[in-house]
Parts: sequence; structure tokens; C-alpha cells
Amino acid sequence: METSFTPFASLAGGLLIGLAAVLLMATRGRVFGATGILAGFISPSSSSDWAWRAALLAGMVTGPLVYLGVAGEFPAIEVPVSTPMMVIGGLIVGMGVTYGSGCTSGHGVCGLARISPRSIVATLTFMATTGLTVYLVRHVMGG
Amino acid sequence: MRLIVTYLIGLVFGVGISLSGMANPAKVLNFFDVFGTWDPSLAFVMGGAVVVAFLGYRWVLKQPAPMFDPHFQVPTSRTIDARLIGGSAVFGIGWGIAGFCPGGALPALGTGNLDVLIFTAALVAGIFAARLLMRITANLTDNGLTRA
Repeated sequence: METSFTPFASLAGGLLIGLAAVLLMATRGRVFGATGILAGFISPSSSSDWAWRAALLAGMVTGPLVYLGVAGEFPAIEVPVSTPMMVIGGLIVGMGVTYGSGCTSGHGVCGLARISPRSIVATLTFMATTGLTVYLVRHVMGG
Repeated sequence: MRLIVTYLIGLVFGVGISLSGMANPAKVLNFFDVFGTWDPSLAFVMGGAVVVAFLGYRWVLKQPAPMFDPHFQVPTSRTIDARLIGGSAVFGIGWGIAGFCPGGALPALGTGNLDVLIFTAALVAGIFAARLLMRITANLTDNGLTRA
């Protein structure tokens, strides 16, 4: 499935993601890692620790609604993956980010921005295995 | 008031993800499909986000404390071990299969898309499965140590 190259929208989106990361650090002193925020939300250590995560997640989830209000449509979600593969992919992602202590936002954005050696290693690792997986699925197994 | 500010910060992230294309598995997977239907857009997402966060953090982390909390709570571990590398490698396999990462999928829940819901449910199940596995392996190690 072809998708069109969108450098300006993607850059603008990236700038907003970076801005959100900076604002969360400036106010709550935390990195903006989706994995860590979700993990603390589903098993909170205290009610005060839960409330800010719930507020942050509520903001994240309502992001597409603001996009809808401005652009007149929801952001495109095209899924070239079967439902069973989506379940398998989700399970693997959940296990991987728990063992790896982070994902694209935590290691890839916040960790690289802090020049954390752990995050640099993590990001290089998952970018490599993602690329390899896509190659195998599309050009070796599926074709 | 503080929760409203935090909500708005989440909203900025959610709008950013919506605009960026990170909530679209077809676009994410095409970024990695260099030998097929390559779409380099996501390099602009990562590039933009990292540059802003890098510059912003330099200023923010010089402050004595964050506004709503007595301390910064940034990760301090510097250990690069098998768990970090193995976990990240496994995460990449799942990302390559599904096309969603947690940061892309959570905001995308707001569209009501069924695939996002299925992915997120599986993601949460995977987090619990990993925690259970960690607890089991930790117990096994403890028992092994006490017996030895």
C-alpha cells in the first residue's frame, strides 16, 4: 500500500511531539514515554501518581478530535495487517517495551534528546529489528 | 489546574501524532520498507521531535525543579544489558508486524478505530504477560540462589 510523502505535516507533528515532551519535563519532571505512562496508569503506585497519567492519556486520546475539528476528518489509519497479526504484534510490542523499558517516544525521542546511552542502544536495536521484520514480512514471506 | 495543564500537554502530543502520520500503520511500515513502497516521512517526525526535545531539555533541566513536582524524575540507569537490548529487539519485531507503537496507538484510540482498540488490548496483555514472566524468572533465580 503506497502512502504519500508528507514532510511538512510530519515535521510539524514531530515539533509538537517534542514540545509536549519539553512541557511534561518542565511541569512534572518526567520523560514523555508512552510505555511508562501507560504502565503506571494500568497499575498505579498511588492515586496522585495515577491522576496526572490519566489526564495526560485523556489529552493524548482527544488529540485526533482536535485534528478532526481543524482538518474536517480524522487522521488516516490504514491497516495493511490482518487482525490476528495485529493481536500478535500488540502482544510482542507489550512484552518488548516492558523488558526494554521504553518505546519510540521514551527511548527514541526523550532518550535520544537526553543523549542517554541506554536509549541510543535501544533505539538503534528496535529500528534495526523493525526494518528487518518489515523486510522479511513483505519481501521474503509475503512478497 | 495542574491536571488541566497536564491534559493540554497530552493534547499537544495527540495532535502531533495525528498530524505526523505515526498513528497510521501503513505509513509507519512504509518508512521501514526501503526496498518497496518507501515513505521517508517519519524521519521528519523523529528529527523534529528530537531536536525540539534536545533544545528544550537543555533549558528545562537547568532549572532547580519542575513546576508541579519537587524533583525531576528522569531515568538514571546506565546499564546496557541483555534485558534492554533483547526487549528493544522484541519490540521492533512487534512494531514491524503491527505498524503501531504505543505512542502512535494511544492517541489513535480517539478515532474509535477497531484495529487500534485490538492492538491496544493486546499491548496491555503483553505488558502484563511480561511482568508475570519477570516475576516467575525472578522467583526461579531466588530459589536457585537459596538452594545453592
